[in-house]
Amino acid sequence: MKPPIPEITDELEIGEQVYQVTMVEIVHGIIKKYGSNPTRLMDILIDIQSEFRYIPPLVLAEISKELNISNIDIEQTISFYHFFSTTPTGKYTVYLNNSAVAYMMGREEVAQTFEREVGCKFGEVSADGMIGLFSTSCIGMSDQEPAALINGKLFTRLTPFRVKEIVRDLKALKHIDEIIVEGLGDGANALPEVHSMVQNNIRKKGPILADGYKAGEALKKIVKMKPDDVIAEVKASNIRGRGGAGFPTGMKWEICRNSPGDEKYIFCNADEGEPGTFKDRVILTEYPKMLMEGMALAGYAVGAKEGILYVRHEYGYLQKHLEKVIEGGRKKNYLGKNICGREDFDFDIRIQFGAGSYVCGEESALIESAEGKRGEPRDRPPFPVESGYLGKPTIVNNVETLCSIVKVIVHGAQWYRSMGTKESSGTKVVSISGDCKYPGVYEIEWGFSVNDVLEMIGASDVQAVQVGGPSGTLIAPNEFNRTLSYTDLSTGGSIIIFGKHRDLLKDVVLNFTNFFIDESCGSCSTCRNIPIHLRTKLEKILNARGVDKDIQEMLEWAKILKASRCGLGQTAANPIVSSIKNFRPLYDQKIQHGKDFDSSFDMLKAVQESCDAVSRVPHVH
Amino acid sequence: MSTNGSVIRCSIDGKEYLAKAGKYINDVARENGVYIPTLCNVIGIHPQGACRICTITVNGRMMTACTTPVAEGMDIKTNTSELQDLRKSIVELMYVEGNHFCPACEKSGNCELQALAYRFQMMVSRFPYTFPKRKIDARNPKLVKNYNRCILCKRCIRAIKDEQGRSYFAFRKRGHKVEVGIDVDLGKFISDEVAQKAMDICPVGALIKKEQAFRIPIGKRKYDKTPIGADVESHHV
Ligand SMILES: Cc1cc2nc3c(=O)[nH]c(=O)nc-3n(C[C@H](O)[C@H](O)[C@H](O)COP(=O)(O)O)c2cc1C
Ligand code: SF4
Ligand code: FES
Repeated sequence: MKPPIPEITDELEIGEQVYQVTMVEIVHGIIKKYGSNPTRLMDILIDIQSEFRYIPPLVLAEISKELNISNIDIEQTISFYHFFSTTPTGKYTVYLNNSAVAYMMGREEVAQTFEREVGCKFGEVSADGMIGLFSTSCIGMSDQEPAALINGKLFTRLTPFRVKEIVRDLKALKHIDEIIVEGLGDGANALPEVHSMVQNNIRKKGPILADGYKAGEALKKIVKMKPDDVIAEVKASNIRGRGGAGFPTGMKWEICRNSPGDEKYIFCNADEGEPGTFKDRVILTEYPKMLMEGMALAGYAVGAKEGILYVRHEYGYLQKHLEKVIEGGRKKNYLGKNICGREDFDFDIRIQFGAGSYVCGEESALIESAEGKRGEPRDRPPFPVESGYLGKPTIVNNVETLCSIVKVIVHGAQWYRSMGTKESSGTKVVSISGDCKYPGVYEIEWGFSVNDVLEMIGASDVQAVQVGGPSGTLIAPNEFNRTLSYTDLSTGGSIIIFGKHRDLLKDVVLNFTNFFIDESCGSCSTCRNIPIHLRTKLEKILNARGVDKDIQEMLEWAKILKASRCGLGQTAANPIVSSIKNFRPLYDQKIQHGKDFDSSFDMLKAVQESCDAVSRVPHVH
Repeated sequence: MSTNGSVIRCSIDGKEYLAKAGKYINDVARENGVYIPTLCNVIGIHPQGACRICTITVNGRMMTACTTPVAEGMDIKTNTSELQDLRKSIVELMYVEGNHFCPACEKSGNCELQALAYRFQMMVSRFPYTFPKRKIDARNPKLVKNYNRCILCKRCIRAIKDEQGRSYFAFRKRGHKVEVGIDVDLGKFISDEVAQKAMDICPVGALIKKEQAFRIPIGKRKYDKTPIGADVESHHV
């Protein structure tokens, strides 16, 4: 279906007067808003997409002309991101999460109900152009699945009954806010500028999530310190990055401070795309001031004047909330010029939204994306601390890392090191979901064992625990005495529990493998291809056609992925490799033993089946 | 850390070399007669490690030789049996990812993928053939873009821009769906020289200049008699 290209697209109300505005005028307005700057292409496209609910191919020529870049470069960015579309996606666009946890919590029935009620399949728009149904990777709501984004608003804990009501309301053209009838979530979720039914589910507080945070306390302290002393304090706390890779934060700051450059940048990584992780969402909702204070601290320490908070598209419902906090910070002089009265201390923050891509959480891809390009990780070296955003020295830190540092500054490195273990100091905010009584966010000291965690969250009859999301490890009960720490089970924060009744290979390993296939940027020959071949093998085994050699080959082929450029490709075989290692019997049950190749093909049966399908009588000898 | 330009000492496959800091490992190796297979790299153009064929180890860690600058004390291994098999498996991956029917290809004999397959003595891919359905785009007045043969090395994307720095070529989509597209509007004005440059820079036969064929006859082509890499290796003894 080719969409009609609407000439007059909008009615602009100014006072009593209604003006009709053409599409081209709207697009020009948007481009101007971003100073016709090609490095702001993401923002331009995001605004166009939200204005028209798709990016009409017609406007490409306009953007190309105004930014002086070729069409194909714009297409390159558009076609990379999941939430950009060059065909209409409906007046209402439903994005239903397809993560493993969503399926565990009943996604299948919810999806079927959507299809039945709307009258089209996922990946399509209803014939009247009203409602579009699409699947999407984990949207950061694993503690309240099944969940969907509808026109940017979150609908969590969906049931078939609720889906019927929602579709009825959509068909009645209700405003999206009116359709949220469950009541609003707790804490800041209920603020008018958020107006969301999302729940925080904070179940255990530690120093970061503790009540009684006083905004500005850390800033007032550091403006009396030398930047080098701030870095020394961070180093002394031994804190390491909370985003997954675990790089020592103090060292990162020091390298960046020492890198030559007239301008430097601080990025906060709030892309949180690892399936099963949602703790950064809770921090963004409840502790945004702390986070921004952390960014300003980093700016002071390394000598950066600009901070960029990169937030995943899925958390767009927090935009007004975050903007208000930034505005408030400026009023209080915690952001802006001469912060806390210190003359040479200027720092401000802008928010950069993503548009649906897990790999953009990788720090150099994050920077590429913020420069308006496809989120393709860069070759390293050089590292962002030497050459990052716009080629300048740049720090990328996770949301939680920056918050932790505020506490380090307020209470001191010594205090911070008194928590956790010797090598892993402090606390970790973890996101727990799956088969347990109390899914949600927990702040625990490093050094908790998996058994402690299971007891804490009310999980019994556990078959397996995924620590660190799909790129982490799938462990079996015989390893539940292992501990969460950088030296044992390292995690960016996601812990998923699978009960005894789950089909691990099909519901978990296959789902995770599909996730990596969907999210690869596609630049490396290895990452683009190997996971596809691994999936084919895994499906062969699931269909009882596998032999011993298939398992051996999967392990061999997985090694090739280690030559990929970034962490995505390097870990894309982890679900398969760690399940072969820790759950070998599940594979052994399914394969044909003692055979070199699949010999289960039955000619007579196959002929019978194909004849049945076309109502013919088989003629075989 | 050594500053660019200063002289550093590193070891390649057990032999010590002096080199200018900041130079790519691949360039240092070549200058010293050590051939590291490359595919997406073009000397003189900003590298972007896409094919991963030049993977080596530096102090035991896998890195790409085309993108990593040498630094003091590096212990570089280019030729272990694991690395050789890795490279061969990448060539095999590329053969099954697209449709490479060498006998029918204009680039045969000048094709770097084919030459590497010969060098690695590839008989058949260890991966299952997928025979994907791919298109051939002949809309451009000067070039035919054959998606069956494209190995997504990004050479054309990186090397060929118009006078204003705008791209003729770029990626579309992501993951296993990525493809290199030609800008339809800008592409209309592509000159003969640029079209020829595009064809020459493509390591395979994915970009073919129109209205000419087999300018160099089979038998007289680059890799017909000497294997790829032989020029580097004969350079030194
Ligand atoms: C594929 C991939 C996805 C990532 N996603 C995130 C993410 O969503 N959030 C995050 O903080 N770090 C993520 N990282 C890690 C970042 O590259 C980087 O290490 C981190 O943001 C640094 O901050 P930290 O030192 O404070 O942890 C990801 C890495 C990879 C390879
Ligand atoms: S490993 Fe995968 S995601 Fe990372 S750069 Fe390579 S292709 Fe892209
Ligand atoms: S030649 Fe180095 S990655 Fe392709």
